[in-house]
Amino acid sequence: MAKLPLEGIRVLDITMVWALPWTGAMLGELGAEVIRVEQLQRYPRLTRGIFPKPTREIAEMLGTIGSGFPDGEPGERPWDRFAMFNGIQRSKLSCTMDLERPEGIELFKRLVKVSDGFIENNAPEVMDKLGLTWEALSEVNPRLVYVRAPGYGLSGPYRNYSGLGMIFESVAGHSWTWWYDNDDMSGILPCFHADAAAGASALFALMMGLHHREKTGRGQLVDLGQCENFLPHLGEAFMDYTMNGRIRGTMCNRHPTAVQGVYLCKGAKPSLETPPGEDHWVAITIQTDEEWEGFCRAIGNPDWTKEKRFSDFLSRLKNQDDLDKLIEEWTSQRDKYEVMHTLQREGVPAGAVLNSRDAFNDPHLKERGWPVELTHRECGTHMYPGPVWHMSKTPSRVFQAPCLGEHNEYVYKKVLGVSDEEYERLVKEGHIGDTYIGI
Amino acid sequence: MADQALSDVKVLDLTQHFAGPYCTKMLADFGADVIKIERPGEGDPSRRMGPFLNDEPHPEKSGIFLHLNTNKRSITLNLKTATGRNIFKELMRDVDILVENFGPGVMEELGLGYEVLEEINPKLIMTRISYFGQSGPYKDYKGSDIIAEGMGGPLYMMGLPDREPVKYGDDTTLFGIGNYAAAATMVALFVAEHQGFGQVVDFGIMEALQSCVNWQLTMHPTYQYKGAPVGRETTAFGMLPTGGFPCKDGWVYMIVDPGWWPKLVAMMEMPELMEKFSNVLDATKKDEFDAIFYPWLLERTKKELHEMAGSVKLNVGAINTMEDVLNDRHYNERGAFAEIDHPVVGKLTYPGRPFTMTETNWEIKRPAPLLGQHNEEVYGKLGYTREDLVRLREAGVI
Repeated sequence: MAKLPLEGIRVLDITMVWALPWTGAMLGELGAEVIRVEQLQRYPRLTRGIFPKPTREIAEMLGTIGSGFPDGEPGERPWDRFAMFNGIQRSKLSCTMDLERPEGIELFKRLVKVSDGFIENNAPEVMDKLGLTWEALSEVNPRLVYVRAPGYGLSGPYRNYSGLGMIFESVAGHSWTWWYDNDDMSGILPCFHADAAAGASALFALMMGLHHREKTGRGQLVDLGQCENFLPHLGEAFMDYTMNGRIRGTMCNRHPTAVQGVYLCKGAKPSLETPPGEDHWVAITIQTDEEWEGFCRAIGNPDWTKEKRFSDFLSRLKNQDDLDKLIEEWTSQRDKYEVMHTLQREGVPAGAVLNSRDAFNDPHLKERGWPVELTHRECGTHMYPGPVWHMSKTPSRVFQAPCLGEHNEYVYKKVLGVSDEEYERLVKEGHIGDTYIGI
Repeated sequence: MADQALSDVKVLDLTQHFAGPYCTKMLADFGADVIKIERPGEGDPSRRMGPFLNDEPHPEKSGIFLHLNTNKRSITLNLKTATGRNIFKELMRDVDILVENFGPGVMEELGLGYEVLEEINPKLIMTRISYFGQSGPYKDYKGSDIIAEGMGGPLYMMGLPDREPVKYGDDTTLFGIGNYAAAATMVALFVAEHQGFGQVVDFGIMEALQSCVNWQLTMHPTYQYKGAPVGRETTAFGMLPTGGFPCKDGWVYMIVDPGWWPKLVAMMEMPELMEKFSNVLDATKKDEFDAIFYPWLLERTKKELHEMAGSVKLNVGAINTMEDVLNDRHYNERGAFAEIDHPVVGKLTYPGRPFTMTETNWEIKRPAPLLGQHNEEVYGKLGYTREDLVRLREAGVI
């Protein structure tokens, strides 16, 4: 019987918000024991909520993310009921210690001694002030693989700047290549490629560190600046500039060599009043002549498809404004799934644009075992997204995001071997607990 | 710094286009020996994709190909011939990892499914990247970057509520997929080393996007908890500025939540604003605040604003163009770019390392290969003579 892929590996996690918490969750799902180390004295804003103790009314003013509680109700322990945290921070354990007191740091170093990895994504000065530098930790455990992923990296003029993924999208040049129009970027929404990419790279780097350790017995430090990690993902715009001096702006939904767009399907018209989930869309990419012919067949070869202005690849690209209107006339009368299936049957790349409701009901995702049901102590039973990929021989697992300090007993008594008396003392002294202190 | 992390890892690379090649690029740039197998004659289709140097279409001048295939060796091989498949099996014997991104079933049709390859190489890891995965009702459907974003979920939430959703730039999403697939491949390598067997990594782009932190892991539980899907909506709080804002020479993006409001006031050096806007969650005050804020912004450049905000730890970013990025002092000081010399296009600046490691470095040992550049080297090692290679070429095998 195959074991979980990373069984036997232990990783410490002092991660914030989105990017690196997700690395920890993936590690947990792959079988590593991931221990999230939290601090009762410091409420992690944007990680376990926007405010520590919002009322229902305040929560409602905090937008989609800020009000993400079961039935919109923050309850007595909002930090354990926050949808964002419970989505991203799952499959790991939580213990608490006050890292701003020497004893907390000593306890943390005892954990480092028995761990293989440590991931964090705070501004560099945070770990530096706590004394949790590579120099200090490699003395405690030279086999440690320490992945630090602050927004701008561990060096350079911006190193201690504050940042969130959506800021890095702008700084790295991604924002300039998406949105409707470079002349008016005022409405631009946050975009989250940088977070997803940092989560993946941190996992990749940690795995390489473990691989190298196997050969040499030595751990190492990874310096992952989120702002530069995904710069190679912008290769088209980057190379166009360095090769041709061209500044690439947004193409909106268009493609340089295909008729491509997002077209309205049957349902509500998009408007400020339309409830989310009521407007429906399909994405279509028509590149080759074969795909165009397939498209024409799929929509029943109406006369306009035979017009000269659409007769070849270049004409279609030139006349895409007109073509878009005609395509949308057809799609807008049909269900988005019907459009997708009809076009795909004729070999035309097309995909329904899914919202969350669609995703949990999608037959393909269901058959692939994507939605998983989890019961969370403070939130009840819900469906959550499943693992990112499948492996044919090794199992994977998903379990609920930890409540604050939920695994203190296990971590202190089993991992660190703390006695019952010492444990009680650490509770009294505010290292161990399940509720924030002084907030 | 002598060693690279993956210097002992051998990879056979059947990928093309973006996602697969980015996955194998990551492996190659950290030291893996990656042999890229291309179709004789035309090679990887990305060789035909722009941007080209000086806009001159040429199979060795595609910027995207050059970027995605650093450190790889290229051989040509026609897997549609029986001889080509036999040679492929010989190559298979000696590798740790095979990465492919054909459609599901293509390898099986070629008689090169995992069961066959596993017999030749029992510890083989086969990473298979496809839009919809190797199983399920959509597995044979066609995809593209925008379709991946639509089916994978982020697209619905990107854009204005009264307009159509709008996708991420260029093929960024597919590059990100390659990043994940590289991590997945490393996990399988760990298993091969510790549990002693290889396996298939079935990487489906649609579900990967539905499962990752590009909004989905926040929005799916929010939907489950509250019962309504999330649409295209701003993340602004009350009157606080969040989103894109015009400045002297372009745009900045910023996020100011209630906790950061005092930092914004500090950055503007207008302490009186604290009293004037005592309830920042009151959206009716937005116009009044904007009337002060916009003129203030318009007197400052995006770079100034980014650095001013940096010093008070406020989340503001310049909306940079690639020109700004290439000239940015932080990127330059950190060494985020790479100069690479190539026999056809010469010296150019490329995106550099994603991260640094203290013991094992990212390194460009060779530029992207010319089509079939390493035929003699690789096939020679298998024992084929120059005469054999001439014959194989004539027979359309290489």
